[in-house]
Amino acid sequence: MSEVSERVDDDELHAFVDAQIDAARLPAVLAWLQAHPDAAARVLQWQAQRLQLRQLARSIDVGDTPAALTDAVALAAARARRRTRRTLWPQAAAVLLLVAAALAGGRYWERWAAADAPAALAASPAFVHDAVLAHAVYVPDKRHPVEVGASDEAHLVQWLSRRLGSPLKVPSLARYGYRLLGGRLLPGEGTPRAQFMYENAQGSRVTLYVAVFEPGQAPDAAAFRSVRTGGEESFFWVEDRFGYALSGNAGGPDMQALAREVHGQLAR
Amino acid sequence: MGVEQALGHIPALRRYARLLTGDATRADDLVQDTLERACIKWALWQPGSLLRSWLLSLMHNLHMNHVRDWRHDDGHAALDEAAQPSHDPTADLGRRLDLQQALAALPPPMREVLLLVGVEEYTYAEAAGILEVPVGTVMSRLHRARERLRELMADPARSAPCAPAAPLQLVKR
Repeated sequence: MSEVSERVDDDELHAFVDAQIDAARLPAVLAWLQAHPDAAARVLQWQAQRLQLRQLARSIDVGDTPAALTDAVALAAARARRRTRRTLWPQAAAVLLLVAAALAGGRYWERWAAADAPAALAASPAFVHDAVLAHAVYVPDKRHPVEVGASDEAHLVQWLSRRLGSPLKVPSLARYGYRLLGGRLLPGEGTPRAQFMYENAQGSRVTLYVAVFEPGQAPDAAAFRSVRTGGEESFFWVEDRFGYALSGNAGGPDMQALAREVHGQLAR
Repeated sequence: MGVEQALGHIPALRRYARLLTGDATRADDLVQDTLERACIKWALWQPGSLLRSWLLSLMHNLHMNHVRDWRHDDGHAALDEAAQPSHDPTADLGRRLDLQQALAALPPPMREVLLLVGVEEYTYAEAAGILEVPVGTVMSRLHRARERLRELMADPARSAPCAPAAPLQLVKR
């Protein structure tokens, strides 16, 4: 048997097990295995290992991706955006939008890419980008939209006020059919931020993002402005050391009316 | 395109990390570190190359750093290649290791090759690229990994009444 005389080494036996063997060498390997029962037994065991390992891999149920992992990407992208904002703002804006779009399940991507929003967003203060990002990250979250629920609103407000270092007010949007879901603490540039989330009976959500700036660090006081990022719209304004952004689905609630309501309540 | 592309690979990275570390918490920590590293080094990724491979390569480097850090206090990762004689003095001969235990007992570099080739179905050349070693090293690690698994999982006493193998246990969070 001339094939048997063709030596087959271990590398080729592994390649056979892993289906990486060169087709031209297959006859030689098969002949070798027929002629060497010990090698054939080993190859069979390697093959069994491989199958079991794949079975083990398939049996691993990793479950839903923890928010900490998607946040790692979102926050790092946001940090990268901040680093490059001054010189590379158009690209950074695109990254921000892409992150938000990906987190929203990718379904807004085409619309967002087509929208001319980046220019408007680029021109708005940094805290607005963060608000838009935080909105995109947490609004679609079914299970953990907020860190602390509204059931203990007093505690929620106290906690966030303490962390932001300034007393916060949570406006009521009940008149518009929105109830407070709760809130969360978020990292910000230099100072922590708060996000309050509201939801109506249809499950539509709006978020109010609050930034408290260090003295002298606040962006110029700005009147009411809005920025649209594809399907979402954010109204933002700056008052004293506070920056606010109210974000929601542009096609849903009358965002401007909601924003005026929030603005009115906070100003009181 | 930006770093958000990594999001789509998270489930696969988590599964791979689970097998690599044998522990759900440690796996997710490793995935998180990998993603953070990916974000920092994003500019170095070549868009033409496969993102998954690049992410696995980052994970490999981080994992090897962790393994070095853990060596002193961690039984799982303690069996490094150099410290491990070719025969197996540590095996509890009365007991047949199940696959997961055997996998955990492999030195990490062998475990990686086994997973990249056997589970992730990378070619030997691709695995070599991810691990940044020559293909020959991949082949020798693969061979040693499979032979070690064979030893570890061999039924030590075929004549003895077969004790039921421990069921596959995956640490769930």
